[in-house]
Amino acid sequence: MKKSVWIFIEQTDGKFNDVSWELLGKGRELATALDAELCGVLLGHKVIEMAEEPVYYGADKVFVIDDPLLEYYRTQPYAHGLVALVKEYKPEVFLMGATYLGRDLSGAVATHLKTGLTADCTVLNIDEETKLLHQTRPAFGGNIMATIYCASARPQMATVRPRVMSMPDRDASRKGQIIEAKLGLKETDISTRRVEFVCDPSTSFRIEDAQVIVAGGRGIGDGANFKLLKELADVLGGVVGASRAAVDAGWLDWSHQVGQTGHTVRPRLYISAGISGAIQHQVGMEGSDMIIAINKDPDASIFKIADYGIVGDALEIVPALTEAFRKMKGESG
Amino acid sequence: MHLVVCVKQVPDATEVKVDPVKGTLVRQGVPSIANPYDMHALEMALQLKDEHGAKITVLSMGPPQATDVIKRSISIGADDGRLLCDVAFAGSDTLATSYILSQAIKEIEKTDPVDIVFAGKMAIDGDTAQVGPGIATRLGYSLVTYCLGIDGIDTGRSVIKARRQLEGGCEVVEADLPVLITVVKEANEVRYASLPDLIKSIRSDVTVWNKEFFELDIPQCGLKGSPTQVKKIFPPPPKDVTPEIMNTGETGLDEIANTVAEAVSKAGIL
Repeated sequence: MKKSVWIFIEQTDGKFNDVSWELLGKGRELATALDAELCGVLLGHKVIEMAEEPVYYGADKVFVIDDPLLEYYRTQPYAHGLVALVKEYKPEVFLMGATYLGRDLSGAVATHLKTGLTADCTVLNIDEETKLLHQTRPAFGGNIMATIYCASARPQMATVRPRVMSMPDRDASRKGQIIEAKLGLKETDISTRRVEFVCDPSTSFRIEDAQVIVAGGRGIGDGANFKLLKELADVLGGVVGASRAAVDAGWLDWSHQVGQTGHTVRPRLYISAGISGAIQHQVGMEGSDMIIAINKDPDASIFKIADYGIVGDALEIVPALTEAFRKMKGESG
Repeated sequence: MHLVVCVKQVPDATEVKVDPVKGTLVRQGVPSIANPYDMHALEMALQLKDEHGAKITVLSMGPPQATDVIKRSISIGADDGRLLCDVAFAGSDTLATSYILSQAIKEIEKTDPVDIVFAGKMAIDGDTAQVGPGIATRLGYSLVTYCLGIDGIDTGRSVIKARRQLEGGCEVVEADLPVLITVVKEANEVRYASLPDLIKSIRSDVTVWNKEFFELDIPQCGLKGSPTQVKKIFPPPPKDVTPEIMNTGETGLDEIANTVAEAVSKAGIL
């Protein structure tokens, strides 16, 4: 049997989570290094008609379990289905998104399989000599990085947060193989049931999806000053973000928080105002395409990772930027 | 009802650094605290106790000084504690940790059946969130992660109703007992101890269990029982860019703003 690298394809109510495609992108690199095939694993109800989509993002094969018991996520049936597939096909590597669902599921699956699991990896690569998966992740709130490996148990399992890996291109002309499997469970085998799901729009704001983020920290002095950041974000078609200090101060809620204990973002443009740039903040935004940092302190660590640094008062600089962008847009349109 | 709460003693994560020369963790002088998420789990258990009456057993694994977190738990209302402490447990990864904790819970269950095991969503030193699901899987319990609150317990049908925090909203679930629940910070505010309770807790004896006190397959514990190994630790690398730094003390505000706006425009971001 050819070696394989597996990616869990996460979907909710028939909507894919982009982290699955980001992992297929990374999975392709790992599969090449291992001379292995890249496989997606898709579980859910009425998902068989969606099974080609992972192929378009790079999967050679897609394993599908389509069952009414998988209509919404529950640990037991999802873990049961995955464990059975892994035992049959024995992948070398198995990656999942470090989402609410993925963190819950990966812990259960790894425990059933008695294998190693590394959470929230930021770097994954195959060691040339040993052919083992090297899994690098921040620990202790991002103050240190650790590289972890799993010598003998299989598969080598890891989770990766959304937006940490880059998105591969979609190619709808790619062809792949779809393999269906049965779940083999009854409702009475499962000990949890959904009563209802209450949508909360305040939690559906996803800073991860923004292309432009203007983030503020302690240095902007007062929550009311976020108005200035919002104006700049509006001109750029972006959203406001915040450091942990700003969220702890109650200036913005957690859905806006960028960093180790907040959200990992990779926008095209990240503008920080009054954020010193502790490593816990950096790990959440260093993947941004362009970083513009504003801070009073010329020694602030945020300047080390910025493309452009502006030393001065954010409350003066931010409105000046807003004006400059507004003028530029006025000229071009 | 019998509730078990798993509490971990952790170094205050914000103060841990890597020795850049030796490549080892500098933990000296770093204060130890009870994992904040676990305290929210304990608070959830305490609220059940207040409402329905329950016995709360706190379970921790760690070095001898981890009795501190058990005493802290007793000071705010836990009834009893066990510290799992043995050199054979050192170096356990999440798989080995969930094994040892689940074996201890099985031992506790022999004399006093357990209805709910609580744990924090994750610990702030490792940030893995893996041990909770691991224990539930090993014990064959129902699992409710990211719990915001318990809405009801039906002892007749042996089910609980709980709310979970998820992306985009809140899920209400029903779970058969026994269940393992992991708790998020938003669930509650942790109570404080009264002075007499604090003093009483400091004098309380914490039962310490080493590997002889409960059934264990030693090869599944500690470093030997851990499939993952640490290859190396290192300080986060600096980003490889040469920033262009401008200072409002030297350059005019308009000039700086225009330079930045042009750079953004040139990168095709607008």
